[in-house]
Amino acid sequence: MFDWQWEFVWEILPRLVQATGNTLIAAGAGYAIALVLGLVLALAQRSPSRVLTFLVREFVEFIRSTPLLLQIFFVFYVGPQFGIRLSPWMSGMIAIGLHYSCYLSEVYRGGIESVPRGQWEAATALNMSTMQTYRRIVIPQAIPPALAGLGNYLVGIFKDTPMLSVIGVAELIHTANAIGSENYRFLEPYTMVGLIFLAISLPSAGLIRGFEGYVRRKLGM
Amino acid sequence: MEDISGYPLEISGADAPMVSFRKVRKVYGPLVVLDDLDLDVAAGEMVSIIGPSGSGKTTVLRMLMTLEQIDGGVIYVDGSPLTHMAKNDKLVPASQRHLRERRADIGMCFQHFNLFPHMTALENCMEGPVQVLGISRKEARERSEELLELVGMIEKKDQHPSRLSGGQQQRVAIARALAMRPKVMLFDEVTSALDPEVIGEVTNVIRKLVSEHNLTMLMVTHQMGFARDISDRVCFFYDGKIEEQGLPAELFGNPQKARTQQFLSAVKEAV
Amino acid sequence: MTFFEFVGQFWPRLLSGTGITVAQFVLAAALGVVISLAAGLMKLSENRIVNGVAVTYIEIFRGTSLLVQLYWIFFVLPLFGITLEKFTAGFVAIALNTGAYGAELVRGGILAVPKGQWEAALAINMSPAKRMWRIILPQALINMLPPWGNLMIEVLKGTALVSLISVTDLMFQAKQINGTTFLSAQVFGAALIIYYILARFLVTPFMRWLERFMARKLGRA
Repeated sequence: MFDWQWEFVWEILPRLVQATGNTLIAAGAGYAIALVLGLVLALAQRSPSRVLTFLVREFVEFIRSTPLLLQIFFVFYVGPQFGIRLSPWMSGMIAIGLHYSCYLSEVYRGGIESVPRGQWEAATALNMSTMQTYRRIVIPQAIPPALAGLGNYLVGIFKDTPMLSVIGVAELIHTANAIGSENYRFLEPYTMVGLIFLAISLPSAGLIRGFEGYVRRKLGM
Repeated sequence: MEDISGYPLEISGADAPMVSFRKVRKVYGPLVVLDDLDLDVAAGEMVSIIGPSGSGKTTVLRMLMTLEQIDGGVIYVDGSPLTHMAKNDKLVPASQRHLRERRADIGMCFQHFNLFPHMTALENCMEGPVQVLGISRKEARERSEELLELVGMIEKKDQHPSRLSGGQQQRVAIARALAMRPKVMLFDEVTSALDPEVIGEVTNVIRKLVSEHNLTMLMVTHQMGFARDISDRVCFFYDGKIEEQGLPAELFGNPQKARTQQFLSAVKEAV
Repeated sequence: MTFFEFVGQFWPRLLSGTGITVAQFVLAAALGVVISLAAGLMKLSENRIVNGVAVTYIEIFRGTSLLVQLYWIFFVLPLFGITLEKFTAGFVAIALNTGAYGAELVRGGILAVPKGQWEAALAINMSPAKRMWRIILPQALINMLPPWGNLMIEVLKGTALVSLISVTDLMFQAKQINGTTFLSAQVFGAALIIYYILARFLVTPFMRWLERFMARKLGRA
């Protein structure tokens, strides 16, 4: 049978807390990239150029159909082959940001498509440019229905950060691996990592719902 | 828990009703849907239930089908209790097992047909006999084909419900209910969801059942002319009670209560 | 070395890795469907204990990372006397993770079946088990097949993680080849393309076919 050692838990807790910080930074930074890039990809898929639309569409499909872990390796190792050295953090953020931007582009697209045709027509009637229509009329209305999806992927990106451990980003799993092999004890580090994930992701779901309600009220929807 | 010691364990005798509601109550929170309802239906009788929406008419059928629990009183079917069962010479609320046993006497057709979309017309009719009654597929098929013939749907027996019109679906639903050989048939607003031009094909099937089969039937309907034509008795429900009941000719021709008169004249104007 | 020369030299290893990946995918998907069904039905149960077990399982596996779950099952579970061989640990972890997401799809699919269907099944006096199995589940299945298509892609991508416990799948082979040749663009590029082909030309068409097949069976096509 196993023996759970609280003493060992207290000993490793500071390192795990620090790693939690790194995990949250990685998730936050990756998400920020994905939010911006995702919008660009969504808008590109609505461009009048059929070629651009097709290429972006296929790119998004490609990224969504292939493993993030492999993409992380790709970004990290392919750069140096062509003389571009990226740090683990940098490669990780690019890979995870790019991966999630493809998911978010779909969420944005759904939101944009939910804006009624009449809104476009009204904007045209006011002689607004396409840019103005998007910025002032369409996107503000597209965001609230997309919030639930956007929020879910924030939790999703957080749960995918452990994959960054494979290129040496010192997030939670990387730290747990290190602790485990230094002490030949895996029970406490891996279990603690699981509990930390639960402790963060479970309340987040509630917070996201709350935030969604807040934004809707704010916009009078 | 309400005292039900005063209710008989069984109703027997030559003139015992097929269905008997004894002081049946149904409440949703503060809303009283049925208020101590007493209603007997004789074997072979066709009783129509009419009344404004929210008067509790559909609830009567749903309780008899055990789709809703009752909050007071006892319902008897064919002499023995449906909502309760005898235990040590006393009535206690029915177990799931008792309900399954007693439900076999009752068949029901719904406003929205509720045919099983993943089965053809014939499979819909065979499902109960094969799966519930344990009849052989061959025998169930024969019986179901006979019934589909009766409702005029034999040509469409291999179609799925999505390929059938509302009137056709409802006729299949009637055959499906009959395939279980119930003693009591319930029709819950079976023509309300139909386009006017197909109502006739469903009412004609019910007419045929009334004239050719000795089934006990309860029907909730908005079609006053139809109710008048085929019922042995019509009950006008108002506010969870039977406000007035009688022979169709009497109730429609010479209603006694002010509310019945109001309702009937309002319906007439709408036509 | 050009891409084609590379593939010409290394295709046996890539192929054997792909075989393991497909095996992991099929086993994880099959087991995942069974677990989804069980957990989804349990979550609908009115029995508080049965329901509680399902909710706890779903929240734990949705609230933590697949990688954490995989490590926990592979490294920590043996301390409880349950030792799974790495190949088994791999697909079991993915199946448990998939089951938690699939359970919600099953539950949603069942709840989306109109109430009238339950009532009609009761009116022909079917037992609760028969009502569920013969009437409700077939209809629920068709409601939930489209989101299952996405989940299956996630299962395929999830299999890449088993390489981290040394299951010799496609990801693992790619990493090994990269380690010896440093032809990162070629090897990771080839692996990305293989995953993409599996997802886009096998998994997705199969799920589409299944949707059409079910629709035909239900007479809706």
